[in-house]
Amino acid sequence: MENSTIQDITSSIESKFPNCVITTDSYGMSNIVCSRESIIDLVGHLKHDLGFGFLTDICGAHYPLSENQEFQVVYHIHNLYKNVRLRLKVNLATADLAIPTMVNLFPAANWMERETFDFYGIIFEGHPDLRRILNMEDMDYHPLRKEYALEDETRSDKKDSFFGR
Amino acid sequence: MSELKINQNGQLTSLDTVDGEIATLNLGPTHPATHGIFQNILKVDGERIISAEPTVGYIHRAFEKLAERRPYQQVTPITDRLNYCSSPINNMGWHMTVEKLIGAEIPKRVDYMRVIVMELARIADHLVCNSVIGVDTGALTGFTYVFQEREKIYDLFEEICGARLTTNVGRIGGFDRDFSPVFFQKLDKFLKEFHIIFDDFTNLLERNRIFMDRVIGAGPITGERALSYGFTGPNLRAAGVDYDIRVMNPYCSYQDFDFDVPIGKDGDTYDRFLVRQEEIRQSLRIIHQAKDNLPAGNYHGDVPSFFLPPKEEVYRSMEALIYHFKITMGETPIPAGEVYHSVEGANGELGYYLVSDGGRTPYRLHFRRPCFIYYQAYPEMIKGSVLSDAILTMSSMNVIAGELDA
Repeated sequence: MENSTIQDITSSIESKFPNCVITTDSYGMSNIVCSRESIIDLVGHLKHDLGFGFLTDICGAHYPLSENQEFQVVYHIHNLYKNVRLRLKVNLATADLAIPTMVNLFPAANWMERETFDFYGIIFEGHPDLRRILNMEDMDYHPLRKEYALEDETRSDKKDSFFGR
Repeated sequence: MSELKINQNGQLTSLDTVDGEIATLNLGPTHPATHGIFQNILKVDGERIISAEPTVGYIHRAFEKLAERRPYQQVTPITDRLNYCSSPINNMGWHMTVEKLIGAEIPKRVDYMRVIVMELARIADHLVCNSVIGVDTGALTGFTYVFQEREKIYDLFEEICGARLTTNVGRIGGFDRDFSPVFFQKLDKFLKEFHIIFDDFTNLLERNRIFMDRVIGAGPITGERALSYGFTGPNLRAAGVDYDIRVMNPYCSYQDFDFDVPIGKDGDTYDRFLVRQEEIRQSLRIIHQAKDNLPAGNYHGDVPSFFLPPKEEVYRSMEALIYHFKITMGETPIPAGEVYHSVEGANGELGYYLVSDGGRTPYRLHFRRPCFIYYQAYPEMIKGSVLSDAILTMSSMNVIAGELDA
């Protein structure tokens, strides 16, 4: 992965989408945080003009402490010609968990978005078949959210104070 | 074969249907031909498939949620149960993800040892897949041949780590112990004898007219569609796209080895079969190179906060005892950050997206499971084909229930 390629890509994104925040983490991966209004245009631009033709992964994440952006949808896309990976993030507030679907750009997004909906309750607008995929149809909550703790809350033998924290 | 026409009531209007109506067929959830728990609701006209609707999740075990309360080394047994035909690859992928997060330096010897184990696992996985394609065409003999060899690979795993199927092999930072001399003896014996049985298997199927007539043209997909559906691994390469993470983003010193990446042309069952056959041969090449050039050195890196100190130290020195306790309780410091690491699993790109907040467990761990992503192309691949081709397509895609459902 050459630095000039990354720079070309980031400057192209910066000029077209000035609202995106581009950072490079210490592991060499470029992270782009953008709004849900621009995500489809951004990915379309990446796919059609910059050669990012492969959608590696979509997943959700829940950060209940960050106010008004409790949820995050994380996309990993890959330019197979230049071998560059990008991570795109869209932050969403609990009150409004809608984001446009990516199925029209990448058919592979279909089940990935269903999985994200299943576990986090994020609504992908325009998705052809937004149903639960791994969990039961009649489940009424989204289990990967942080409010569903796995540990029994009443347990006292694992308190942080026992471990010097 | 003329185009099928379906009216608003879901009935066929074309005159050359078998009896003018569509039947609904439940293929699965438990069916001897699906090799796992998958349900497909098929709409069939006679034997021709008009549409398919897969249902997944029958063995969903919430691994991503479980991982959020387990210390890092306790996540490894979870990864065993993703693609259980090649658990060591999953284990190694997870170890490397954590090593990437903490920035650990891993000795060359560990890389080579890992390569040996991973390529053995790849052979075992491909043997299962290819021999099962044979079984589904009615050729049981090849299956009985190579399953003997798969047993020998499991014997090798047993020699390394004591387990056979769900191996939990290796540790964050390297291996828990060095390869034993007995392992090398067994490996030499395996490498010497494997090709005899494998050649027999190849002769039974690869140019067998009956087999070829059955599998050529079954369940094809173009390279372009395969990419847009997120195919990776042998299934993508069979469609003519040479994307192999071992070459593209070499991890574990794969750049040191000389091997070819086989690709197919039509993306049908026969191409997938051939690609896997050739990958088995290439894996053998890699194992030979790794074994012959195995560097001297330590079998683990210097990762004191994750790699348990030797037992005799624990009984004698205070520091070792402290580390032993801290690691076992998952109380070692870890940087906050997020990493994505992927390895070339037997089925394709096996990715780990790990978010750490510095706590004792992963804050968020997402597995990119290749099966889950490419299985959604299945309805498209079998549309218009006959039922027996659909069975072949599924077994040649090597959909593993554990990886599909996580």
